[in-house]
Amino acid sequence: MGMQLPIVPFPEAAKLALANTQLRRNIGKATQTIRAKRAKVVDELPDWEALREAGRTIKERMLRHIDKYLVEFEASVQLAGGVVHWARDADEANRIVAEIAHRHGTREVVKVKSMATEEIGLNAALAAEGIEATETDLAELIIQLAGDRSSHILVPAIHKNRAEIRALFARRMGLDHLTDEPKALAGAARAFLRRKFLSVPVAVSGANFGVAETGTVCVVESEGNGRMCLTLPKVLITIMGIEKLLPKWQDLEVFMQLLPRSATGERMNPYTTFWTGVTAGDGPREFHLILLDNGRTRVLADPMGRQTLACIRCSACLNICPVYERTGGHAYGSVYPGPIGAILTPLLLGVENAESLPYASSLCGACYDVCPVKINIPEVLIHLRGEVVRHKQDHPGPRDLPSGESLVMKQMARVFESRKLYEWAQRLGRLGQTPLVRRGFIERLPGPLAGWTTMRDAYPVAPQTFREWWRNRP
Amino acid sequence: MNTSKDEILNRIQAALCDVPPAETPDDVPIAREYRHDDSSQHDGLIDRFAERVSEYRAVVRRVSSSELPGAIASSCAARGVRSLAVPTDLPDGWVPEGVEPMPDVDGGLTNAQLDVIDGVLTACALAIAQTGTIVLDGGPGQGRRALTLLPDYHLCVVRTDQVVDLVPEGVERLFEAAQARRPMTWISGPSATSDIELSRVEGVHGPRTLEVLIVDL
Repeated sequence: MGMQLPIVPFPEAAKLALANTQLRRNIGKATQTIRAKRAKVVDELPDWEALREAGRTIKERMLRHIDKYLVEFEASVQLAGGVVHWARDADEANRIVAEIAHRHGTREVVKVKSMATEEIGLNAALAAEGIEATETDLAELIIQLAGDRSSHILVPAIHKNRAEIRALFARRMGLDHLTDEPKALAGAARAFLRRKFLSVPVAVSGANFGVAETGTVCVVESEGNGRMCLTLPKVLITIMGIEKLLPKWQDLEVFMQLLPRSATGERMNPYTTFWTGVTAGDGPREFHLILLDNGRTRVLADPMGRQTLACIRCSACLNICPVYERTGGHAYGSVYPGPIGAILTPLLLGVENAESLPYASSLCGACYDVCPVKINIPEVLIHLRGEVVRHKQDHPGPRDLPSGESLVMKQMARVFESRKLYEWAQRLGRLGQTPLVRRGFIERLPGPLAGWTTMRDAYPVAPQTFREWWRNRP
Repeated sequence: MNTSKDEILNRIQAALCDVPPAETPDDVPIAREYRHDDSSQHDGLIDRFAERVSEYRAVVRRVSSSELPGAIASSCAARGVRSLAVPTDLPDGWVPEGVEPMPDVDGGLTNAQLDVIDGVLTACALAIAQTGTIVLDGGPGQGRRALTLLPDYHLCVVRTDQVVDLVPEGVERLFEAAQARRPMTWISGPSATSDIELSRVEGVHGPRTLEVLIVDL
């Protein structure tokens, strides 16, 4: 169990995704629509850049002192009547949830959409324990009933159209006369889930933010399924990545502006619930909070990668990314797709387990521009590419020969170290390129270099180099 | 005793070896250069709140305090609402003639009762104009969370002196409720989903209709 490893390298998975025209159309439409909405509500705020900087610095303070804030948070939650558990990895977190469910004698739990529970593979782990976890977010329910995988952090079923969803609901809910109007489909989900909300005794959620100062936990949502799960069941279990902390209550004034506008492009999402431990006469009688590591301390240990833990899972970087817009989420082979997934997945799992992902980017930098907490994704991508190369050099397989690239780079390094060799190489290049140059460009390089020119022209070596000009100047 | 906790804290200390041991959280500056309030905008505050709530496709009306009972009556009549769940500390005189109030005495209304009731009538803790948000914190006239969640119709009364302009003003005012550990719900329009082909559907779970009455003092 635990976080799945990407099995198919990104370039191969991307080729498959690109061949699926329905998927490309759906993802293209979704990303364009959401990013236009985002741009509109972000432009409305004259202090957007100041909010981003505040968001970045709040998370920076928290991450550099996360141990103090975790201990403070634990104490605040306990004081408010909550039970705090610590989980080193996915297995431990899943085991804690299963134990609590068993203790309450339930074979069913209802779930609020949560990236953390997807990351740890909670549903499968509970199923192995004989406990059925029902997703209550509409898109997650669609994915679950279809036995499919999410393709987007925020709108996971965006690759499915209404006819497919109608057929699925008709079959799984026994509704023969259902139409494919989104309103009718949402109504079917409402009726299907309401029975569960009113009867299932245990709910599982993630958390958008946890406030160390007060012990308050917060879930941001749209449909009201979150409020149902957080209010009606007797027992609530919340799984929170340790990086979701905020030091102070006041910090919410920043993040409650950054998150809704970056995520769904709304001034505010329909519903947000804040709760602190257990409140007599209002909501669950038992509250368990599981603080999840599962690779986060590994990310923390990389001073360059650390900023990735500031991510608030808004998905603005997915919607703006020219690569994601074309391939969709499945090609990344991770619960975290898109630009943030291309850095978070290898950081959580180790680059050796996701070595194609740092290359799943054109480094255009649009993701950095839209990130509400200013994670410098291109910078981290380049850093991770270096880590991938270093790992390959340090861990050659028994039958691995050094790659062509690394041989060439070694030779280049020697050439660049010596003036004589460098000038000799320039002269050689000028001679060698003659048959290749057409109208001032090299359109096709030979042999192993051909890859460089499949998408672009190469510049030839100049007829006179700067050094030659310098030596021959009058 | 708690070995997982110890291990995670040890991992963190090892991971943060580049942070100088003498550094405290306050040594990491936070840039709070954003707007905390905007006095230049206070003139159109209530109008802006009303406009933004209505953009979420909630029904909004502005009434004077003397018109309030009549407005509640006409809202109920328009929807054929005959019984309303109400918190026990709802101000007197809000529930109109012809509508049966069902007070939630000691949380006595069951989920099954709330599920089939015509609607719920509450006050609120505060409202935020910038985002068209209503906040409930379980304070006076608001009741527990299930009360405003299960009925299909939520009629909420907002006094004009409860409306703040920006999100930071609202968060500051709610600090006391957070310290008192009161659960809070921020409501910005009726529940909604865009999960099917991105076409927006209002009303999934929770009240499918939100109606807001703004009372001028």
